[in-house]
Amino acid sequence: MSLWEYANPVRFIRTTDIVLPWISVLAVLCLVVGLIWGFFFTPDDYRQGSTVKIIYLHVPSALMAINAWLMMLVASVIWVVRRHHVSALAARAAAPVGAVMTVIALATGAIWGQPMWGTWWAWDPRLTSFLILFLFYLGYIALWEAIEDDDTAADLTAILCLVGSVFALLSRYAVNFWNQGLHQGASLSLDKEENVADVFWLPLLVCIGGFVLLFLALVFLRTQTEIRARRTRALLARERQG
Amino acid sequence: MIALLLRDLRLALRAGGGFGLGLAFFLIVTVMVPFGVGPDAALLSRIAPGVLWIGALLACLLSLDRILALDWEDGSLDLLATAPLPMEAVVSVKALAHWITTGLPLVLAAPALGVLLNLPPSGYLWLVLSLALGTPALSVIGTFGAALTVGIKRGGLLLSLLVLPLYVPTLIFGAEVARRGAEGLAVATPLAMLGGISFGAMALLPFASAVVLRINLR
Repeated sequence: MSLWEYANPVRFIRTTDIVLPWISVLAVLCLVVGLIWGFFFTPDDYRQGSTVKIIYLHVPSALMAINAWLMMLVASVIWVVRRHHVSALAARAAAPVGAVMTVIALATGAIWGQPMWGTWWAWDPRLTSFLILFLFYLGYIALWEAIEDDDTAADLTAILCLVGSVFALLSRYAVNFWNQGLHQGASLSLDKEENVADVFWLPLLVCIGGFVLLFLALVFLRTQTEIRARRTRALLARERQG
Repeated sequence: MIALLLRDLRLALRAGGGFGLGLAFFLIVTVMVPFGVGPDAALLSRIAPGVLWIGALLACLLSLDRILALDWEDGSLDLLATAPLPMEAVVSVKALAHWITTGLPLVLAAPALGVLLNLPPSGYLWLVLSLALGTPALSVIGTFGAALTVGIKRGGLLLSLLVLPLYVPTLIFGAEVARRGAEGLAVATPLAMLGGISFGAMALLPFASAVVLRINLR
């Protein structure tokens, strides 16, 4: 019995079928509790007023946007090394979720930034690197969609993910470097983990937990769908031949 | 390898448009910028390094699908794959040919276009140097993108979506070298980073491109 047995699609579906309802319910529970708690039962910040509450959406989504890419990277490496189909499909399933998380993070950031910084958008290193991350997601998804043969698509996107990760990391630091000479305001990047007081911290933690569970549930569900769609296609192809 | 390089160069020269097209595009982009932002000389000289870099990048992008697509269509890529030459070498030579036909003319033409954009005199050396150092990276990264999309019909648009994010670090450091050079600031750090990215890409990416091509030829 090893972890790799879950790479068997049948086993994967059987296991996730058991887990999925629990995760989904828990995710909804965490999100509802965390968001209501965060929005209605925490005090306003003395400087930022009520706008501070957007961190309950902003921070978890930004976190998941990066972690989804990391998960895709790990899944791609597993596909390249051990060629387990489920891992390639999981990477494929994670990409749109990650892209949406990136959009949520960018949008909530803009909504927060407008009253706080007086602008919807600044070429701040963090914002810029998130925009680039979003472009990477788009390219990755587009490549998956463009190639017809499943295994070729899995191979090519896996390598794109590997190469892209290196360049995404490079861009992250390049962007940092690029803007320092121009207008690096220290307050821009507001290090939330250090600034946030305990009243905000607990609901934020619940929200992050909710987002993680939501991500897991979506990836499991989308991977299952993809496995079943492939099985259907294979059955149809066999029927046409026979 | 040399035969392959010469063949690619000859094809680019004689197939019409391949060689001069990138240059003409570079010229057009540069000429369009003053129409877009206005003829203010001070503004133009401030944005000249960045504009020239973006123009070079777009001109490079334009010719990327010529690197492999034609050889893919007429089957000579299959022959190259079975030739006693490792795929990594084939890809490297292809990238080199692309650089000679696209990157090198851009580097040489950049000073002339710098005049059009009122580039400060101190900037010419750094502009040429940054382009000379950065365009090989653009070619190598572009070859990787071309290898990814070679099997896709009408993959040109997808190619630019895939390749442009990969160009970001090169563009940032390249344009930074040119800008700082033009303004008379210290250029050592971005120059070192640009060199690092360029040589790193040249050393490592051909392997990725070769893997990708082998998958596509399977």
